[in-house]
Amino acid sequence: MSIKKISKEQPELFEFTTDNLKIAKIEVAKYPKERKSSAVLSLLYLAQKQNYNWIPLAAIKYIAALLEMPYIKVYEIATFYSMFNLSPVGKYFIQVCTTTPCMIRGAKKITDICKKHISENQYELSKNKICSWTEVECLGACVNAPMMQINQDYFEDLDEIKTEEIIKKLLKNEFSDPGSAKNRKSNAPEDGRTTLLGIKNA
Amino acid sequence: MLKDNDRIFKNLYNDLGWDINSAIKRGDWSLTKEIISKDKESIIKEIKESELRGRGGAGFPTGLKLSFAPKELGSRPHYLVINADESEPGTCKDRDILRFEPQKLIEGCLITSYAINAHTCYVYIRGEYFREGQRLQKAIDEAYEKNFLGKNACNSGWDFDIHIHFGAGAYICGEETALLESLEGKKGLPRLKPPFPALVGLYGCPTIVNNVETIAVIPTILRKGSKWFASLGKPKNTGTKIFCISGNVNNPCNVEEEMGVPLKELIEKHAGGVVGGWNNLQAVIPGGSSMPLLPKSVCETITMDFDSLIKEKSGLGTAGIIVINKDQDIIRCIERIARFYKHESCGQCTPCREGCGWMWRILKRMADGNASLKEIDLLYDVTKQIEGHTICAFGEGSAWPVQGLLRHFKKEIEKRSHEEPLIKKKIDIPYLIDQHLLEKDNA
Repeated sequence: MSIKKISKEQPELFEFTTDNLKIAKIEVAKYPKERKSSAVLSLLYLAQKQNYNWIPLAAIKYIAALLEMPYIKVYEIATFYSMFNLSPVGKYFIQVCTTTPCMIRGAKKITDICKKHISENQYELSKNKICSWTEVECLGACVNAPMMQINQDYFEDLDEIKTEEIIKKLLKNEFSDPGSAKNRKSNAPEDGRTTLLGIKNA
Repeated sequence: MLKDNDRIFKNLYNDLGWDINSAIKRGDWSLTKEIISKDKESIIKEIKESELRGRGGAGFPTGLKLSFAPKELGSRPHYLVINADESEPGTCKDRDILRFEPQKLIEGCLITSYAINAHTCYVYIRGEYFREGQRLQKAIDEAYEKNFLGKNACNSGWDFDIHIHFGAGAYICGEETALLESLEGKKGLPRLKPPFPALVGLYGCPTIVNNVETIAVIPTILRKGSKWFASLGKPKNTGTKIFCISGNVNNPCNVEEEMGVPLKELIEKHAGGVVGGWNNLQAVIPGGSSMPLLPKSVCETITMDFDSLIKEKSGLGTAGIIVINKDQDIIRCIERIARFYKHESCGQCTPCREGCGWMWRILKRMADGNASLKEIDLLYDVTKQIEGHTICAFGEGSAWPVQGLLRHFKKEIEKRSHEEPLIKKKIDIPYLIDQHLLEKDNA
């Protein structure tokens, strides 16, 4: 698993907003009554969303109390799973897939652009503190390689020009439209489709 | 080639719309009530006769798996868990089912749950598929509105609920017992088997865990009949399968084809051919990163089904085909896969936790041209010490691709490696435990 850096600057208090507390209750209700701890992943997500893409230790304590779990158990989970950020990553967090299928279609070009425009190192905030980037393992969109994820959205079929455009916009606090950069239709072959032809024309 | 009429996922490319009304027009949710008013045994028997094998990688017969659940409901409830933690490099089929054919999955959940006596189903989706999860939630809400789910689902008298549970970026949670641990709100560490989940699973209750694609094809099998499904493909490798063709091809795509389709047809016809022509092909990884690669000579004739790939010492796995052409450095490609496994090992069993790191570091030296010839045998030895010595199949998954490289591309490695032992060259190798030996002058 990845090495996690825990931020040195921690807020003292954390509480869910009233809206999020409602969502948390719905999440807990999905599981049997005596199995509240099942909701820990979704509550950590909720905390991460509420706290600008990262989870402070205060939130871990708060969730532990809410779910009647030992603090260390929640802490273990927050450090085990790679999607939980324990130090600030900025408003926009870019994850570039670099596993083999993306690698052989040029993921390095994407990381080079991130290095050039955002920051030299991974998990390092850009100059205007708005975004950071990291290399991640397979994001499960191999047919649309190379690709990256910004917060929750997938940006697929990237090339250098398009990536540069998306990231420059992002640094100006503008979010581009997610999806295929080539306007390709989902996972269909880009040209020369061979199946489901009758359905397409119908 | 498979006729369009025989394809199960007609909306694979989202031509027809994913919403429930379009799905009903395509034939989903028809005859569902009739199906779940049959007795449970006959549903499982029909699935057994179709010879459907699990689409998640291992290829275990689905009907047999369903029959492992206790026949009578005891003091503990039964659960159905759907494995949508699709993280195998090269695989992106479940994503399309979640996005474009969610009703097939939901209907399959209802029918399977009825067959195994479960009233609750959890769909475990990987955290990165947040939008796909939202889409599935919308689809579930639509199904509730139509009374296909909930109390007295489809007017059949069966109460049934589906919940979505998001993972958080751990590949190991695709292993069924690690998935159950994660669902219980713990770290995703695989459990020792036996007991198998069918008897002691989620919360200690009988649980059946199945892949998205497996469950999504079940309604169509029951509507069209097991004979129709068994007539497609090859004996013991029946039906259709979504293949994901990625890497150095002109048109990377997902395509649903018959089992046992020739690999060459998939690449040349559906994916628009290898970049630089068929002769530029170097190797193909046929079933997601865990499966050993196939050299070009084998790719000419191989057919894509479980049994023929096992004969070539590889496997169908998840049918994520990664095509690698001669412009790529094959050692670097496998090195990157080894790094993936190093990153994703859960750390529970020592051979896997330490061995994956060793394999990666040796492969990295090989790719950089810093390895000595002795290390080739050492690497093979490491893979053999991981394989079969771990709780879950992750050990095999990490060792097999490296073994595949050694089997077919040993010459390539030998060309780049050299005789001279590292120790004389005083190269600084981070992480090397015996680093202090390098610092001694007369070591």
